[in-house]
Amino acid sequence: MSGLAQMVDEVRARLGGRRWLIGVPYLWYVLLVLIPLLIIIKISFSEMLITEVASMLTWRQGWPSLHLNFDSYVFLATDTLYFDTYLSSIKYALATTLICLLIGYPFAYFMVRSPAHVQHTLVMLVMLPFWTSFLLRIYAWKIMLADDGVINALLIHLGIIDGAIQIMNTPTSLMIGMVYSYLPFMILPLYANLSKLDMRYLEAAADLGASPWKTFWLVTVPLSKAGIIAGAMLVFIPAVGEYVIPELLGGSDTLMIGRVLWDEFFSNNDWSMASAVAVVMILLILLPMAILNKYQTEAAR
Amino acid sequence: MVIQSEVKTTEQDLLRVVGLSKIYDGTVKAVEDVAFSVQKGEVFALLGGSGCGKSTLLRMLAGFETPTQGNIFLAGKDITSLPPYQRPINMMFQSYALFPHLTVWDNIAFGLRRDGMAKADIANRVESMLSLVQLNQFARRKPHQLSGGQQQRVALARSLAKRPQLLLLDEPLGALDKKLREKTQFELINIVQEVGVTCVLVTHDQEEAMTMASRIAVMGGGRFLQVGRPREIYEVPNSVQVADFVGNVNLFQGEVTAADATCITVRSAECMHAVTHSAAVRVGMRVSLALRPEKITLTQVLPLADDNWCVGEVVELAYFGAYTTYHVKLDSGMVLKVQAMNGTQTNVIAVGHRVYASWHTLAVVVLTQ
Amino acid sequence: MNNAFAKSWMIAVYAFLYLPIITLVVYSFNASPLVTVWSHASVKWYVALMADDDLISAVKLSLEIAFLSALMSVFFGTFTAFALNRYRRFSGRTLLSSMASAPLVMPDVIVGLSLLLMLVSVQHWLGFPDRGLFTILLGHALLGAAYANVVITSRLREMDGRLDEAAMDLGCKPFQVFRLVTLPLLVPALVSAFLLTFTLSFDDVVLSSFLSGPGYSTLPMVIFSRARLGLNPSINAAATVIISVVTIGVIALSLYQARAARQRKREMALVYSESNQNT
Repeated sequence: MSGLAQMVDEVRARLGGRRWLIGVPYLWYVLLVLIPLLIIIKISFSEMLITEVASMLTWRQGWPSLHLNFDSYVFLATDTLYFDTYLSSIKYALATTLICLLIGYPFAYFMVRSPAHVQHTLVMLVMLPFWTSFLLRIYAWKIMLADDGVINALLIHLGIIDGAIQIMNTPTSLMIGMVYSYLPFMILPLYANLSKLDMRYLEAAADLGASPWKTFWLVTVPLSKAGIIAGAMLVFIPAVGEYVIPELLGGSDTLMIGRVLWDEFFSNNDWSMASAVAVVMILLILLPMAILNKYQTEAAR
Repeated sequence: MVIQSEVKTTEQDLLRVVGLSKIYDGTVKAVEDVAFSVQKGEVFALLGGSGCGKSTLLRMLAGFETPTQGNIFLAGKDITSLPPYQRPINMMFQSYALFPHLTVWDNIAFGLRRDGMAKADIANRVESMLSLVQLNQFARRKPHQLSGGQQQRVALARSLAKRPQLLLLDEPLGALDKKLREKTQFELINIVQEVGVTCVLVTHDQEEAMTMASRIAVMGGGRFLQVGRPREIYEVPNSVQVADFVGNVNLFQGEVTAADATCITVRSAECMHAVTHSAAVRVGMRVSLALRPEKITLTQVLPLADDNWCVGEVVELAYFGAYTTYHVKLDSGMVLKVQAMNGTQTNVIAVGHRVYASWHTLAVVVLTQ
Repeated sequence: MNNAFAKSWMIAVYAFLYLPIITLVVYSFNASPLVTVWSHASVKWYVALMADDDLISAVKLSLEIAFLSALMSVFFGTFTAFALNRYRRFSGRTLLSSMASAPLVMPDVIVGLSLLLMLVSVQHWLGFPDRGLFTILLGHALLGAAYANVVITSRLREMDGRLDEAAMDLGCKPFQVFRLVTLPLLVPALVSAFLLTFTLSFDDVVLSSFLSGPGYSTLPMVIFSRARLGLNPSINAAATVIISVVTIGVIALSLYQARAARQRKREMALVYSESNQNT
């Protein structure tokens, strides 16, 4: 009988632990992720009054009446500015991803091939800028790229250009800032992936007569596919919605959707429009997010 | 199968397992209807290849897996639904699972502290455990500061510290290299016998099972194939599967041509077999005959007997120092494995020789399944 | 691929990563108020920093928020990591894991906007919270918990599950297993998670801008508002201080870790030679 009582206690204790362990984080994320997302969806369908959002649900003769307002979306679809901005955000994000991959892949590959005792330091040196303030590093590029800045002075000194050229506040300065900020996000997953690569595969390929170049293309690159995809998504997704970099380095002409959202919210006080912009942005990055999720769960196995 | 009906309950049974099954996802049968009992002081081995269910069975005994069906009794008490921390059973884990953040001393004291034992008693018990495994001078070290053999002894001391009624050993020598294994095998069994604890041991290594266990259960597909003393398992396997898993074996397929009370005659493609056998076989029945390689004699002269020999050509020969292994290709196409001790006489048999392989009527085991 | 090419590629990338930071530090010692025009070396901007009340109060607020939000991040990150790793199957597990990784991948502007609109709704109903320290804290803790979850999960994954079983086998109840075995082994990961989330919070500008109220300006917000207007020597000086502190901290930590790893290796080598003598 005491055995049974103990069993009941045990089951209760286990269920209790489980309930808390799952319940606490669930509540946390439902409150701070799920509900906020539902709220911006709701607000994107609401009418914007002067200072507040109109209520969607009104009571008419005792019956609830749902009032969906598509104004924001209609405006989003008709005003070509939005479409152009989404397109240019994706273009900048894609270009950033591609350049990061072109710089980062060889870099990660060389890191892995470096002597084992320096690898720890090499990784640290990639991580270090990541630990120091992102904002300040972007600000530093303002100094570098200014008309009378370091880069212009260097180019004139080397005789490449005659007089100062404008780099700041152009798509070039934006791209430099984006690649600079997101490069570690490309290098680190690639390094993690490549360092797990069994060197015996490369030796086997060489043994079977493949040249180093062939081995690289036929063995190394296919085997690091997961790292490439993870790195690319980690760069692309936040790059699409980037706000700080275009604000500080991009000048007023570069179109990025993060800035449009910011302006709709802070300057125009149009919460409904800002929410609609955000909802469309989420839809845009849903696919890359799903790809990233798939590869991360596969990598975890 | 017959084995389960053989389970008899005696006063001395410490562990009794009845109709135990573990089914995952409603379909995958990891352990199926297993029943056995272990007497006090016995070392009982579960032997089988990977995926045979031996580990799942052990984990059910420890309490990490809940059986789908059946019961586990320890000293007459049903412990089936008791959580691991309430069972008077301790386990020595595969690759030891020593706590890396605790010293040897604290690892051994860990279980005693959970029981709320007095400090002085804990100290005494830990010291005596350390002496038992001869690690007194290593008490303050962390696990990573020990060699593999020393870690194994700490794990043993930790699992014995609480004086469990039943000790579970999960591949106790699996993490050691070959040379250390033999030495440790005897050390381990000496300590276990000194303490007098009842053990259930899981291993995939038949030599380990044979040297350490007093009884062995050979497992396959989640079931017990045969339970018996090491000698029985080896000499009188009850099925082709057991004969094949435990040691090397030559298998002949044949048909019973004559049978009387003590002797039967079997005709196979290779030769006629006269076998001393009492099991129920009928004339015309198809049977397998198991013959261990070391029970065969190779000669270059024609044997005198009518049965139990065949002729073939030596196709391979491997010299192992103490003994030599021959592969003899018979005229039927079957390759006979033969093992001969290397005595003082010079061996004249070489590859390419035509030889006669012969054996005693008691050497062959008739298998009907 | 030859060695010289590899070396120059690596040097070029490191130069790309570090040149802006070095430039920033160098120009912080420029006496001229025009940041890019070098006149002569001076520490006058550092002196001016001491009198910059806006900046100093922003530093205080940022440190406070970073400390508290890092604590919260580690707390909730640990919970999430345990829920997702201990229980392989429960209804809504996929939803929880997606929600937990959403703040990592979603652009900051969306996280900020959605959180703010939620908080505004809550305030509409309940009359609190007012925008300020608490709301910023919540945003940073949300982002931080997502990062902490990743750090702690990777440690939990490499931990031997048999250790938990061994503890249970020796008489630990589930909570004792956590307290006596899992937690002590998790400490290094908790420390890394704390440092990472502290840094993230101390660096964040977008979430803070959405979630802060009047009178609550974090350091990045002050720096951002000045940087938007153009180059500003006070930022250079402040940046140099921050970068030095972080760099020294990170280097010290990594040296400490490297030393611990070397020590461990030495001890293992010692054991190896000992056991060879014995046999």
